[in-house]
Amino acid sequence: MTDLTNLTLAEARDGLAKGDYTSVELTEAHIKSMEAHRNLNAYIIETPGKAIEMAKASDAKRAKGDAGKMEGLPIAIKDLFCTEGVQTTAASHILEGFKPEYESTVTTNLFNNGAVMLGKANLDEFAMGSSNTSSYYGNVINPWKGKDGKDLVPGGSSGGSAAAVAAGMALAATGTDTGGSIRQPASYCGIVGLKPTYGRCSRWGIVAFASSLDQAGPMTRTVRDAAIMLGAMAGHDAKDSTSAPVAVPDFEAALTGDIRGMKIGIPKEYRVDNMPEEINKLWDNGIAMLRDAGAEVVDVTLPHTKYALGTYYIVAPAEASSNLARYDGLRYGQRVMDEGDSLDDMYMKSRAAGFGKEVQRRIMIGTYVLSAGYYDAYYNKALKVRRRIYEDFATAFGTVDAILAPTAPSAAFAIGENEDDPVKMYLNDVFTVPASLAGLPGLSLPTGLSSEGLPLGLQLIGKPFDEETVLRVGGVLETAANFTAKPAGQEG
Amino acid sequence: MSSLDKETVRRIAFLSRINVSEEGLGELAGDLTRILDFVEELQEVDVEGCDPLTSVADLTLPMRKDEVTDGNIQQKVLSNAPMTDAGCFVVPKVVE
Repeated sequence: MTDLTNLTLAEARDGLAKGDYTSVELTEAHIKSMEAHRNLNAYIIETPGKAIEMAKASDAKRAKGDAGKMEGLPIAIKDLFCTEGVQTTAASHILEGFKPEYESTVTTNLFNNGAVMLGKANLDEFAMGSSNTSSYYGNVINPWKGKDGKDLVPGGSSGGSAAAVAAGMALAATGTDTGGSIRQPASYCGIVGLKPTYGRCSRWGIVAFASSLDQAGPMTRTVRDAAIMLGAMAGHDAKDSTSAPVAVPDFEAALTGDIRGMKIGIPKEYRVDNMPEEINKLWDNGIAMLRDAGAEVVDVTLPHTKYALGTYYIVAPAEASSNLARYDGLRYGQRVMDEGDSLDDMYMKSRAAGFGKEVQRRIMIGTYVLSAGYYDAYYNKALKVRRRIYEDFATAFGTVDAILAPTAPSAAFAIGENEDDPVKMYLNDVFTVPASLAGLPGLSLPTGLSSEGLPLGLQLIGKPFDEETVLRVGGVLETAANFTAKPAGQEG
Repeated sequence: MSSLDKETVRRIAFLSRINVSEEGLGELAGDLTRILDFVEELQEVDVEGCDPLTSVADLTLPMRKDEVTDGNIQQKVLSNAPMTDAGCFVVPKVVE
Protein backbone atom coordinates (compact mmCIF):
# COMPACT_ATOMS: atom_id res chain seq x y z
CA MET A 1 0.00 0.00 0.00
CA THR A 2 1.31 3.42 -0.94
CA ASP A 3 2.14 5.72 1.94
CA LEU A 4 -0.36 8.45 1.17
CA THR A 5 1.58 11.05 3.15
CA ASN A 6 4.73 10.62 1.11
CA LEU A 7 3.34 11.57 -2.30
CA THR A 8 4.02 14.61 -4.39
CA LEU A 9 1.07 16.80 -5.33
CA ALA A 10 1.35 15.56 -8.90
CA GLU A 11 1.32 11.90 -7.83
CA ALA A 12 -1.64 12.42 -5.51
CA ARG A 13 -3.49 14.36 -8.20
CA ASP A 14 -2.97 11.52 -10.66
CA GLY A 15 -3.83 8.85 -8.07
CA LEU A 16 -7.09 10.60 -7.27
CA ALA A 17 -7.88 10.93 -10.96
CA LYS A 18 -7.30 7.22 -11.50
CA GLY A 19 -9.43 6.36 -8.48
CA ASP A 20 -6.59 4.65 -6.59
CA TYR A 21 -7.84 6.39 -3.44
CA THR A 22 -10.30 9.08 -2.49
CA SER A 23 -9.67 12.52 -1.07
CA VAL A 24 -11.21 11.33 2.18
CA GLU A 25 -8.64 8.51 2.40
CA LEU A 26 -5.82 10.86 1.53
CA THR A 27 -7.04 13.39 4.08
CA GLU A 28 -7.51 10.78 6.82
CA ALA A 29 -3.93 9.60 6.33
CA HIS A 30 -2.74 13.16 6.83
CA ILE A 31 -4.88 13.69 9.91
CA LYS A 32 -3.20 10.63 11.45
CA SER A 33 0.20 11.98 10.48
CA MET A 34 -0.57 15.36 12.07
CA GLU A 35 -1.45 13.55 15.30
CA ALA A 36 1.69 11.42 15.15
CA HIS A 37 3.95 14.45 14.66
CA ARG A 38 2.49 16.83 17.24
CA ASN A 39 5.90 16.95 18.93
CA LEU A 40 7.09 19.16 16.04
CA ASN A 41 4.43 21.80 16.84
CA ALA A 42 4.03 22.57 13.13
CA TYR A 43 0.35 23.46 13.45
CA ILE A 44 -1.20 26.08 15.70
CA ILE A 45 -4.55 24.44 15.17
CA GLU A 46 -5.53 21.29 13.30
CA THR A 47 -8.90 21.37 11.57
CA PRO A 48 -9.65 17.67 10.97
CA GLY A 49 -13.43 18.11 10.97
CA LYS A 50 -13.30 20.79 8.33
CA ALA A 51 -10.75 18.76 6.37
CA ILE A 52 -12.98 15.68 6.19
CA GLU A 53 -15.94 17.84 5.22
CA MET A 54 -13.93 19.47 2.44
CA ALA A 55 -12.59 16.08 1.29
CA LYS A 56 -16.10 14.62 1.10
CA ALA A 57 -17.27 17.61 -0.92
CA SER A 58 -14.26 17.19 -3.19
CA ASP A 59 -14.93 13.51 -3.80
CA ALA A 60 -18.53 14.37 -4.64
CA LYS A 61 -17.38 17.13 -6.98
CA ARG A 62 -14.98 14.75 -8.72
CA ALA A 63 -17.73 12.14 -9.10
CA LYS A 64 -19.63 14.72 -11.13
CA GLY A 65 -16.61 15.09 -13.41
CA ASP A 66 -15.63 18.48 -12.07
CA ALA A 67 -12.05 18.51 -10.77
CA GLY A 68 -10.01 21.65 -10.07
CA LYS A 69 -6.22 22.02 -10.26
CA MET A 70 -5.75 20.91 -6.65
CA GLU A 71 -8.87 18.78 -6.36
CA GLY A 72 -8.90 16.77 -3.15
CA LEU A 73 -5.30 17.55 -2.15
CA PRO A 74 -4.79 18.14 1.60
CA ILE A 75 -2.53 21.07 2.46
CA ALA A 76 -1.49 23.23 5.41
CA ILE A 77 -2.32 26.94 5.48
CA LYS A 78 0.15 29.27 7.14
CA ASP A 79 -1.66 30.95 10.01
CA LEU A 80 -1.14 34.33 8.41
CA PHE A 81 -3.96 33.73 5.90
CA CYS A 82 -7.39 34.73 7.13
CA THR A 83 -9.69 31.72 7.01
CA GLU A 84 -13.39 32.26 7.50
CA GLY A 85 -14.58 31.01 10.87
CA VAL A 86 -11.20 29.43 11.67
CA GLN A 87 -8.91 31.08 14.21
CA THR A 88 -6.19 33.16 12.54
CA THR A 89 -3.44 34.37 14.88
CA ALA A 90 -0.32 35.33 12.89
CA ALA A 91 1.29 33.39 15.78
CA SER A 92 0.63 36.39 18.02
CA HIS A 93 -1.07 36.53 21.40
CA ILE A 94 -2.76 39.74 20.32
CA LEU A 95 -4.87 37.83 17.76
CA GLU A 96 -5.61 34.82 19.94
CA GLY A 97 -9.21 33.80 19.37
CA PHE A 98 -9.62 35.97 16.27
CA LYS A 99 -11.97 34.29 13.80
CA PRO A 100 -12.12 36.16 10.49
CA GLU A 101 -15.51 36.72 8.93
CA TYR A 102 -13.94 36.43 5.49
CA GLU A 103 -11.58 34.22 3.50
CA SER A 104 -8.30 35.46 2.01
CA THR A 105 -8.15 35.57 -1.77
CA VAL A 106 -5.31 33.02 -1.99
CA THR A 107 -7.12 30.46 0.19
CA THR A 108 -10.35 31.17 -1.71
CA ASN A 109 -8.50 30.41 -4.96
CA LEU A 110 -6.99 27.23 -3.52
CA PHE A 111 -10.31 25.98 -2.14
CA ASN A 112 -12.11 26.83 -5.39
CA ASN A 113 -9.46 24.67 -7.06
CA GLY A 114 -10.36 21.81 -4.73
CA ALA A 115 -7.63 21.98 -2.07
CA VAL A 116 -8.46 20.62 1.39
CA MET A 117 -7.27 22.50 4.50
CA LEU A 118 -5.71 20.36 7.25
CA GLY A 119 -4.98 23.16 9.70
CA LYS A 120 -3.22 26.43 10.33
CA ALA A 121 0.57 26.20 10.30
CA ASN A 122 2.79 27.79 12.93
CA LEU A 123 5.10 30.69 12.03
CA ASP A 124 7.19 33.45 13.54
CA GLU A 125 4.98 36.07 15.16
CA PHE A 126 3.60 38.32 12.41
CA ALA A 127 6.02 36.52 10.06
CA MET A 128 8.95 38.38 11.67
CA GLY A 129 11.79 35.94 12.06
CA SER A 130 14.10 33.36 10.55
CA SER A 131 13.79 30.56 13.10
CA ASN A 132 10.13 30.17 14.09
CA THR A 133 11.21 30.82 17.68
CA SER A 134 9.13 33.99 18.04
CA SER A 135 5.72 32.28 17.85
CA TYR A 136 3.49 32.82 20.88
CA TYR A 137 2.33 29.23 20.32
CA GLY A 138 5.78 27.72 20.80
CA ASN A 139 8.79 26.77 18.67
CA VAL A 140 8.48 24.55 15.64
CA ILE A 141 10.98 21.71 15.55
CA ASN A 142 12.67 20.79 12.28
CA PRO A 143 12.02 17.11 11.39
CA TRP A 144 15.69 16.90 10.37
CA LYS A 145 18.34 16.23 13.02
CA GLY A 146 22.08 16.83 12.98
CA LYS A 147 24.61 14.34 14.27
CA ASP A 148 24.25 15.45 17.88
CA GLY A 149 20.48 14.92 17.71
CA LYS A 150 19.68 18.42 19.03
CA ASP A 151 16.37 20.03 18.09
CA LEU A 152 16.91 22.37 15.15
CA VAL A 153 14.90 25.34 13.92
CA PRO A 154 12.87 24.84 10.73
CA GLY A 155 13.76 28.34 9.58
CA GLY A 156 11.22 31.09 9.35
CA SER A 157 8.93 32.65 9.15
CA SER A 158 7.00 29.86 7.34
CA GLY A 159 8.59 27.25 9.64
CA GLY A 160 5.43 25.31 10.46
CA SER A 161 4.57 25.08 6.75
CA ALA A 162 8.05 23.79 5.89
CA ALA A 163 8.14 21.27 8.76
CA ALA A 164 4.65 20.00 7.88
CA VAL A 165 5.62 19.34 4.27
CA ALA A 166 8.97 17.76 5.22
CA ALA A 167 7.43 15.47 7.86
CA GLY A 168 4.50 14.22 5.79
CA MET A 169 1.87 16.23 7.68
CA ALA A 170 0.65 17.92 4.47
CA LEU A 171 1.24 17.34 0.78
CA ALA A 172 2.10 21.02 0.44
CA ALA A 173 1.59 24.28 2.30
CA THR A 174 1.11 27.96 1.69
CA GLY A 175 3.86 30.27 2.82
CA THR A 176 4.49 33.98 2.70
CA ASP A 177 7.79 35.64 2.00
CA THR A 178 8.73 39.20 3.00
CA GLY A 179 12.52 38.85 3.18
CA GLY A 180 13.03 35.11 2.70
CA SER A 181 10.25 33.53 4.76
CA ILE A 182 9.39 30.91 2.13
CA ARG A 183 12.85 30.23 0.70
CA GLN A 184 14.95 30.00 3.89
CA PRO A 185 12.68 27.50 5.72
CA ALA A 186 12.38 25.50 2.49
CA SER A 187 16.17 25.27 2.44
CA TYR A 188 16.37 24.32 6.13
CA CYS A 189 13.72 21.59 5.76
CA GLY A 190 14.84 20.13 2.42
CA ILE A 191 11.78 21.14 0.41
CA VAL A 192 10.95 23.46 -2.49
CA GLY A 193 9.72 27.01 -1.83
CA LEU A 194 8.74 29.60 -4.41
CA LYS A 195 8.32 33.29 -3.71
CA PRO A 196 6.50 34.62 -6.74
CA THR A 197 6.90 38.08 -8.25
CA TYR A 198 5.42 40.83 -6.10
CA GLY A 199 1.86 41.22 -7.39
CA ARG A 200 1.46 37.65 -8.69
CA CYS A 201 -0.67 36.52 -5.73
CA SER A 202 -3.21 38.72 -4.02
CA ARG A 203 -2.30 39.96 -0.55
CA TRP A 204 -5.96 40.47 0.37
CA GLY A 205 -6.79 38.69 3.61
CA ILE A 206 -3.16 37.96 4.52
CA VAL A 207 -2.21 39.54 7.84
CA ALA A 208 0.06 42.37 6.70
CA PHE A 209 3.70 42.66 7.77
CA ALA A 210 5.46 44.86 5.18
CA SER A 211 3.03 45.55 2.39
CA SER A 212 5.53 46.50 -0.31
CA LEU A 213 7.35 43.17 0.19
CA ASP A 214 4.81 40.54 1.36
CA GLN A 215 4.04 37.84 -1.18
CA ALA A 216 2.35 34.45 -0.85
CA GLY A 217 3.74 31.33 -2.48
CA PRO A 218 3.80 27.53 -2.49
CA MET A 219 5.93 25.23 -0.31
CA THR A 220 6.11 21.77 -1.82
CA ARG A 221 8.19 18.62 -2.29
CA THR A 222 9.05 19.17 -5.94
CA VAL A 223 9.43 21.93 -8.49
CA ARG A 224 6.50 20.52 -10.46
CA ASP A 225 4.35 20.73 -7.34
CA ALA A 226 5.33 24.37 -6.90
CA ALA A 227 4.20 25.01 -10.48
CA ILE A 228 0.87 23.25 -9.89
CA MET A 229 0.17 25.05 -6.63
CA LEU A 230 1.22 28.51 -7.81
CA GLY A 231 -1.24 28.14 -10.69
CA ALA A 232 -4.00 27.51 -8.16
CA MET A 233 -3.03 30.45 -5.91
CA ALA A 234 -2.21 33.24 -8.35
CA GLY A 235 -4.29 35.71 -10.27
CA HIS A 236 -5.40 39.31 -10.40
CA ASP A 237 -7.62 40.48 -7.58
CA ALA A 238 -9.43 43.81 -7.59
CA LYS A 239 -9.32 43.79 -3.78
CA ASP A 240 -5.50 44.19 -3.78
CA SER A 241 -4.51 47.32 -5.69
CA THR A 242 -0.94 46.01 -6.11
CA SER A 243 -2.13 42.71 -7.55
CA ALA A 244 -0.95 42.62 -11.15
CA PRO A 245 -3.57 42.42 -13.90
CA VAL A 246 -1.62 39.76 -15.79
CA ALA A 247 -2.74 36.34 -16.99
CA VAL A 248 -1.71 33.24 -15.04
CA PRO A 249 0.25 30.99 -17.40
CA ASP A 250 0.29 27.19 -17.27
CA PHE A 251 3.35 27.00 -15.02
CA GLU A 252 3.60 23.23 -15.30
CA ALA A 253 4.00 23.55 -19.06
CA ALA A 254 7.18 25.55 -18.43
CA LEU A 255 8.89 22.39 -17.13
CA THR A 256 10.30 21.35 -20.48
CA GLY A 257 13.57 20.08 -19.03
CA ASP A 258 15.43 22.01 -21.70
CA ILE A 259 17.65 24.93 -20.71
CA ARG A 260 20.13 24.70 -23.57
CA GLY A 261 21.42 28.12 -24.51
CA MET A 262 19.92 29.86 -21.50
CA LYS A 263 22.15 32.29 -19.67
CA ILE A 264 22.52 31.85 -15.93
CA GLY A 265 24.12 34.65 -13.95
CA ILE A 266 26.39 34.07 -10.96
CA PRO A 267 26.55 37.17 -8.77
CA LYS A 268 30.07 37.58 -7.42
CA GLU A 269 28.89 39.69 -4.47
CA TYR A 270 27.14 36.63 -3.02
CA ARG A 271 30.56 35.05 -2.33
CA VAL A 272 30.52 36.72 1.05
CA ASP A 273 33.34 36.70 3.58
CA ASN A 274 33.17 33.80 6.01
CA MET A 275 30.98 31.77 3.67
CA PRO A 276 31.12 28.16 4.86
CA GLU A 277 33.09 26.03 2.43
CA GLU A 278 30.21 23.58 2.05
CA ILE A 279 27.93 26.36 0.81
CA ASN A 280 30.53 27.45 -1.75
CA LYS A 281 30.81 23.84 -2.86
CA LEU A 282 27.04 23.41 -3.09
CA TRP A 283 26.88 26.49 -5.28
CA ASP A 284 29.76 25.33 -7.50
CA ASN A 285 28.06 21.95 -7.92
CA GLY A 286 24.85 23.69 -8.96
CA ILE A 287 26.74 25.79 -11.49
CA ALA A 288 28.30 22.64 -12.95
CA MET A 289 24.90 20.93 -13.20
CA LEU A 290 23.39 23.80 -15.16
CA ARG A 291 26.43 24.01 -17.42
CA ASP A 292 26.22 20.27 -18.09
CA ALA A 293 22.57 20.73 -19.02
CA GLY A 294 23.61 23.16 -21.74
CA ALA A 295 23.16 26.51 -20.04
CA GLU A 296 25.73 29.23 -20.45
CA VAL A 297 27.02 30.37 -17.07
CA VAL A 298 28.17 33.98 -16.86
CA ASP A 299 29.37 36.24 -14.07
CA VAL A 300 27.15 39.15 -13.15
CA THR A 301 27.58 41.93 -10.68
CA LEU A 302 24.99 43.18 -8.18
CA PRO A 303 27.10 45.90 -6.58
CA HIS A 304 24.64 46.99 -3.89
CA THR A 305 24.09 43.50 -2.45
CA LYS A 306 25.90 44.30 0.79
CA TYR A 307 23.39 47.07 1.53
CA ALA A 308 20.31 44.92 1.05
CA LEU A 309 20.00 43.76 4.67
CA GLY A 310 20.38 47.28 6.03
CA THR A 311 17.78 48.54 3.57
CA TYR A 312 15.41 45.74 4.47
CA TYR A 313 15.74 46.28 8.20
CA ILE A 314 14.63 49.88 7.74
CA VAL A 315 11.90 49.42 5.13
CA ALA A 316 10.24 46.32 6.61
CA PRO A 317 10.00 47.61 10.22
CA ALA A 318 8.79 51.00 8.96
CA GLU A 319 5.95 49.36 7.08
CA ALA A 320 5.30 46.99 9.98
CA SER A 321 5.02 49.85 12.49
CA SER A 322 2.30 51.33 10.31
CA ASN A 323 0.50 48.05 9.56
CA LEU A 324 0.53 46.89 13.17
CA ALA A 325 -0.97 50.15 14.42
CA ARG A 326 -4.34 48.50 13.77
CA TYR A 327 -3.96 46.25 16.83
CA ASP A 328 -5.52 48.68 19.22
CA GLY A 329 -7.49 46.42 21.55
CA LEU A 330 -10.74 47.85 20.23
CA ARG A 331 -11.96 46.13 17.11
CA TYR A 332 -10.45 42.68 17.46
CA GLY A 333 -7.81 40.86 19.42
CA GLN A 334 -6.72 41.08 23.00
CA ARG A 335 -7.56 44.03 25.21
CA VAL A 336 -5.86 44.81 28.52
CA MET A 337 -7.46 47.56 30.56
CA ASP A 338 -7.82 48.43 34.21
CA GLU A 339 -10.39 50.53 36.00
CA GLY A 340 -9.92 54.20 35.24
CA ASP A 341 -7.50 53.69 32.34
CA SER A 342 -7.37 56.25 29.55
CA LEU A 343 -7.55 55.30 25.89
CA ASP A 344 -3.74 55.58 25.64
CA ASP A 345 -3.30 53.38 28.72
CA MET A 346 -5.46 50.76 27.08
CA TYR A 347 -3.53 50.90 23.81
CA MET A 348 -0.20 50.69 25.58
CA LYS A 349 -1.14 47.84 27.91
CA SER A 350 -2.88 45.82 25.21
CA ARG A 351 0.03 46.13 22.80
CA ALA A 352 2.68 45.43 25.47
CA ALA A 353 0.86 42.26 26.52
CA GLY A 354 -0.14 41.20 23.00
CA PHE A 355 3.11 41.61 21.03
CA GLY A 356 6.24 39.55 21.62
CA LYS A 357 9.76 40.95 21.95
CA GLU A 358 10.86 40.85 18.32
CA VAL A 359 7.61 42.38 17.11
CA GLN A 360 7.93 45.17 19.69
CA ARG A 361 11.53 45.82 18.60
CA ARG A 362 10.53 46.07 14.95
CA ILE A 363 7.57 48.35 15.63
CA MET A 364 9.85 50.66 17.61
CA ILE A 365 12.64 50.68 15.02
CA GLY A 366 10.02 51.38 12.36
CA THR A 367 8.49 54.15 14.42
CA TYR A 368 11.93 55.68 14.99
CA VAL A 369 13.00 55.69 11.33
CA LEU A 370 9.69 57.28 10.33
CA SER A 371 9.73 59.89 13.10
CA ALA A 372 10.34 63.59 12.56
CA GLY A 373 14.03 64.33 12.19
CA TYR A 374 15.00 60.78 11.17
CA TYR A 375 12.72 60.12 8.21
CA ASP A 376 15.16 61.43 5.60
CA ALA A 377 18.29 59.99 7.17
CA TYR A 378 16.87 56.49 7.51
CA TYR A 379 13.62 55.74 5.72
CA ASN A 380 14.01 57.89 2.64
CA LYS A 381 17.66 56.93 2.32
CA ALA A 382 16.72 53.24 2.46
CA LEU A 383 14.14 53.72 -0.29
CA LYS A 384 16.81 55.27 -2.50
CA VAL A 385 19.21 52.41 -1.85
CA ARG A 386 16.33 50.06 -2.59
CA ARG A 387 16.14 51.61 -6.04
CA ARG A 388 19.88 50.98 -6.51
CA ILE A 389 19.35 47.31 -5.64
CA TYR A 390 16.40 47.12 -8.02
CA GLU A 391 18.51 48.68 -10.79
CA ASP A 392 21.35 46.21 -10.17
CA PHE A 393 19.00 43.33 -10.95
CA ALA A 394 17.49 45.11 -13.96
CA THR A 395 20.98 45.56 -15.39
CA ALA A 396 21.92 41.93 -14.74
CA PHE A 397 18.71 40.69 -16.35
CA GLY A 398 19.67 42.64 -19.44
CA THR A 399 22.11 39.82 -20.14
CA VAL A 400 20.94 36.74 -18.21
CA ASP A 401 17.71 34.71 -17.96
CA ALA A 402 18.05 33.72 -14.31
CA ILE A 403 20.47 34.06 -11.40
CA LEU A 404 21.77 31.18 -9.27
CA ALA A 405 22.87 31.69 -5.66
CA PRO A 406 22.70 29.91 -2.32
CA THR A 407 19.43 30.30 -0.40
CA ALA A 408 20.98 30.69 3.05
CA PRO A 409 24.50 30.97 4.48
CA SER A 410 24.11 27.82 6.61
CA ALA A 411 22.05 24.74 7.29
CA ALA A 412 19.41 24.73 10.04
CA PHE A 413 20.82 25.75 13.41
CA ALA A 414 19.89 24.63 16.92
CA ILE A 415 16.93 26.17 18.70
CA GLY A 416 18.26 28.94 20.92
CA GLU A 417 21.22 29.85 18.70
CA ASN A 418 21.41 33.41 17.34
CA GLU A 419 18.94 34.60 19.98
CA ASP A 420 21.37 36.78 21.93
CA ASP A 421 21.58 39.52 19.33
CA PRO A 422 18.75 40.46 16.93
CA VAL A 423 21.26 41.39 14.22
CA LYS A 424 22.81 37.90 14.23
CA MET A 425 19.41 36.43 13.41
CA TYR A 426 18.93 38.94 10.58
CA LEU A 427 22.08 37.69 8.82
CA ASN A 428 20.27 34.46 7.85
CA ASP A 429 18.38 36.47 5.25
CA VAL A 430 21.46 37.83 3.49
CA PHE A 431 20.83 35.95 0.22
CA THR A 432 17.04 36.14 0.15
CA VAL A 433 16.42 39.78 0.98
CA PRO A 434 17.80 41.35 -2.23
CA ALA A 435 15.24 39.60 -4.49
CA SER A 436 12.49 40.58 -2.04
CA LEU A 437 13.47 44.24 -2.21
CA ALA A 438 13.42 44.05 -6.01
CA GLY A 439 10.09 42.16 -6.03
CA LEU A 440 11.55 39.29 -8.08
CA PRO A 441 10.53 35.63 -8.11
CA GLY A 442 12.85 33.33 -6.17
CA LEU A 443 12.80 29.54 -5.97
CA SER A 444 14.69 27.52 -3.37
CA LEU A 445 15.25 23.82 -3.91
CA PRO A 446 17.35 21.29 -2.00
CA THR A 447 20.47 20.22 -3.89
CA GLY A 448 22.77 18.76 -1.26
CA LEU A 449 23.50 17.87 2.34
CA SER A 450 25.77 19.56 4.85
CA SER A 451 28.53 17.71 6.70
CA GLU A 452 25.95 17.23 9.45
CA GLY A 453 23.60 15.52 6.99
CA LEU A 454 21.22 18.51 6.84
CA PRO A 455 19.59 19.81 3.66
CA LEU A 456 21.01 22.83 1.84
CA GLY A 457 19.17 24.79 -0.81
CA LEU A 458 20.09 26.77 -3.89
CA GLN A 459 18.06 29.70 -5.08
CA LEU A 460 17.07 30.76 -8.58
CA ILE A 461 16.05 34.37 -9.07
CA GLY A 462 14.13 35.43 -12.17
CA LYS A 463 12.83 38.46 -14.01
CA PRO A 464 9.52 40.01 -12.91
CA PHE A 465 6.61 37.72 -13.83
CA ASP A 466 8.96 35.15 -15.29
CA GLU A 467 8.33 32.37 -12.77
CA GLU A 468 8.26 30.07 -15.81
CA THR A 469 12.00 30.40 -16.43
CA VAL A 470 12.74 30.00 -12.74
CA LEU A 471 10.65 26.82 -12.67
CA ARG A 472 12.18 25.49 -15.88
CA VAL A 473 15.74 25.95 -14.66
CA GLY A 474 14.70 24.70 -11.23
CA GLY A 475 13.29 21.54 -12.76
CA VAL A 476 16.57 20.81 -14.53
CA LEU A 477 18.59 21.49 -11.38
CA GLU A 478 16.25 19.24 -9.39
CA THR A 479 16.74 16.35 -11.80
CA ALA A 480 20.50 16.79 -11.86
CA ALA A 481 20.85 17.13 -8.08
CA ASN A 482 18.58 14.14 -7.48
CA PHE A 483 18.06 15.08 -3.85
CA THR A 484 16.33 12.08 -2.30
CA ALA A 485 17.31 12.38 1.37
CA LYS A 486 14.49 12.53 3.89
CA PRO A 487 14.43 13.33 7.59
CA ALA A 488 14.72 10.28 9.85
CA GLY A 489 11.41 8.45 10.00
CA GLN A 490 10.29 9.80 6.63
CA GLU A 491 12.31 7.49 4.41
CA GLY A 492 10.43 5.38 1.97
CA MET B 1 26.26 57.69 15.17
CA SER B 2 23.17 56.89 17.07
CA SER B 3 23.31 55.46 20.51
CA LEU B 4 19.77 55.62 21.82
CA ASP B 5 19.34 56.72 25.42
CA LYS B 6 16.51 55.68 27.70
CA GLU B 7 14.61 58.92 27.18
CA THR B 8 14.58 58.45 23.41
CA VAL B 9 13.40 54.87 23.81
CA ARG B 10 10.68 56.06 26.17
CA ARG B 11 9.52 58.52 23.51
CA ILE B 12 9.59 55.88 20.74
CA ALA B 13 7.69 53.45 22.96
CA PHE B 14 5.01 56.06 23.56
CA LEU B 15 4.78 56.87 19.83
CA SER B 16 4.43 53.11 19.26
CA ARG B 17 1.84 52.91 22.08
CA ILE B 18 3.70 50.07 23.76
CA ASN B 19 4.13 50.05 27.53
CA VAL B 20 7.75 49.40 28.47
CA SER B 21 9.03 48.92 32.02
CA GLU B 22 12.03 50.86 33.36
CA GLU B 23 14.40 47.90 32.99
CA GLY B 24 12.84 47.11 29.61
CA LEU B 25 13.89 50.57 28.40
CA GLY B 26 17.54 49.79 29.07
CA GLU B 27 17.45 46.47 27.25
CA LEU B 28 15.61 47.99 24.29
CA ALA B 29 18.08 50.86 24.11
CA GLY B 30 20.82 48.28 23.62
CA ASP B 31 18.90 46.21 21.05
CA LEU B 32 17.70 49.18 19.04
CA THR B 33 21.16 50.74 19.05
CA ARG B 34 22.65 47.52 17.66
CA ILE B 35 20.05 47.50 14.89
CA LEU B 36 20.69 51.16 14.06
CA ASP B 37 24.45 50.55 14.01
CA PHE B 38 23.83 47.70 11.61
CA VAL B 39 21.86 49.84 9.14
CA GLU B 40 24.35 52.69 9.48
CA GLU B 41 26.36 51.42 6.49
CA LEU B 42 23.64 52.71 4.16
CA GLN B 43 24.96 56.20 4.75
CA GLU B 44 27.99 55.44 2.57
CA VAL B 45 25.88 54.67 -0.55
CA ASP B 46 25.82 57.37 -3.18
CA VAL B 47 22.17 57.99 -3.99
CA GLU B 48 22.65 61.29 -5.80
CA GLY B 49 19.78 61.78 -8.27
CA CYS B 50 18.09 58.58 -7.16
CA ASP B 51 14.33 58.60 -6.55
CA PRO B 52 13.00 56.67 -3.57
CA LEU B 53 11.51 53.32 -4.57
CA THR B 54 8.27 52.96 -2.66
CA SER B 55 6.83 50.08 -4.65
CA VAL B 56 8.15 47.60 -7.17
CA ALA B 57 4.66 47.07 -8.58
CA ASP B 58 4.94 48.71 -11.96
CA LEU B 59 1.39 49.99 -11.82
CA THR B 60 -0.55 53.16 -11.58
CA LEU B 61 -3.07 52.59 -8.87
CA PRO B 62 -6.32 51.51 -10.47
CA MET B 63 -9.44 53.63 -10.09
CA ARG B 64 -12.85 52.20 -9.38
CA LYS B 65 -16.34 53.63 -9.21
CA ASP B 66 -17.09 55.22 -5.86
CA GLU B 67 -20.04 53.07 -4.96
CA VAL B 68 -21.22 50.86 -2.15
CA THR B 69 -20.20 47.25 -2.78
CA ASP B 70 -21.14 45.69 0.54
CA GLY B 71 -22.70 46.63 3.84
CA ASN B 72 -25.32 45.62 6.39
CA ILE B 73 -22.77 43.40 8.14
CA GLN B 74 -22.75 45.05 11.55
CA GLN B 75 -22.69 41.72 13.37
CA LYS B 76 -19.72 40.54 11.34
CA VAL B 77 -17.81 43.76 11.91
CA LEU B 78 -18.35 43.53 15.65
CA SER B 79 -17.97 39.77 16.03
CA ASN B 80 -14.31 39.87 17.14
CA ALA B 81 -14.44 43.00 19.28
CA PRO B 82 -13.38 42.59 22.93
CA MET B 83 -16.24 44.83 24.08
CA THR B 84 -19.38 46.02 22.31
CA ASP B 85 -22.59 47.73 23.33
CA ALA B 86 -25.71 48.55 21.34
CA GLY B 87 -24.01 47.69 18.07
CA CYS B 88 -20.92 49.82 18.76
CA PHE B 89 -17.29 49.29 19.79
CA VAL B 90 -16.76 50.31 23.40
CA VAL B 91 -13.76 52.56 24.17
CA PRO B 92 -12.62 54.00 27.49
CA LYS B 93 -14.03 57.40 28.29
CA VAL B 94 -12.23 60.00 26.15
CA VAL B 95 -14.30 63.13 26.89
CA GLU B 96 -14.88 64.33 30.43
